[in-house]
Amino acid sequence: MNVLALEFPPVNHLFDWPSVLFNDTPFALNKVGLTYLFAMVMTMLIFGFAGAKRSRLVPAGVQHVAESGVNFVEESVVMQTIGPDGRKFMPFLTTMFFFILFSNITEVIPFWQFPANSRMAMPITLALLVWVIYNFQGVKHQGPLGYLKNSLFPPGVPVFLYVIVTPIEFVSTFIVRPFSLAIRLWANMVAGHLLLVTFAILSATMWSSGGLGYVGALALSFPMLILMTGFEILVSFLQAFIFTILAAVYIGGSMHPEH
Amino acid sequence: MLNILAETGPGEMLEGLKAIGAGLGYGLAAIGPGIGIGTVVGNAISAMARQPESAGMVRTTMFLGIAFTEALALIGFVVFILLLP
Repeated sequence: MNVLALEFPPVNHLFDWPSVLFNDTPFALNKVGLTYLFAMVMTMLIFGFAGAKRSRLVPAGVQHVAESGVNFVEESVVMQTIGPDGRKFMPFLTTMFFFILFSNITEVIPFWQFPANSRMAMPITLALLVWVIYNFQGVKHQGPLGYLKNSLFPPGVPVFLYVIVTPIEFVSTFIVRPFSLAIRLWANMVAGHLLLVTFAILSATMWSSGGLGYVGALALSFPMLILMTGFEILVSFLQAFIFTILAAVYIGGSMHPEH
Repeated sequence: MLNILAETGPGEMLEGLKAIGAGLGYGLAAIGPGIGIGTVVGNAISAMARQPESAGMVRTTMFLGIAFTEALALIGFVVFILLLP
């Protein structure tokens, strides 16, 4: 049995893709770019169809997906974190939710099987966009000085503790937030992809080694692969949800400061 | 043991130590968040069981708590990826 001589490719091979379209131009596309295009087109199609067709009172088909998506974001993201006046962020948050969901879910689509968000580019771009929006909203709703005062000097803290609290608040609010937002999405997708790759390679190696390997592949690694695929569907949904809800929390926090 | 150590070059030794460090680092980084997420979810479940009508709000807050707790484990995972040879 050759199971122990498992050959795992170097990590870079799993995440680096050569460009396939428009080579040697600034618009070169690889699998990551194609996945983002797919996610963008799917998001646009869902809401385009829901809006273009005459909407029915009892939704069906695509309209149903769009309406329940909007409803979900409104009920469990916006109303819970920002409140009724956060409704103007509904389009942004809903679009972001669906875009992240579709670029994550390619992780489990057969023959595609690559989560585009396991490359840092798009998570950090979205996170910096959220950073710009919540700082802008904070300045708009509290004024520049009020925003700085409320975020750097949280009320209800003994005065001498501000020596410690203010630097921590500065670092965590203005520097760490976008990075932790991006790293959360990115690292979850990298971990999921590595997990699926590990079990897929394990199954293939066991199966090709024959003998006891058939038993091992059928009894252990292949069921785990199926289980992990189900788990990754959950994770890609959950990460889109968490990214959206944290964006809403940050925006809500700078719109309504603690008193 | 000493023979094995004598046969390996300094580069190999470094690679091996890196791999051990990466594995141990991720394992250690996962302990705290594991306990933390358990506490968060457990308390959220008991809150939901006591007051099912506030389940929606508790669930949202629970996911927030999970996200913040999980960040520590993910930083450990990033270190693991960076240290891999």
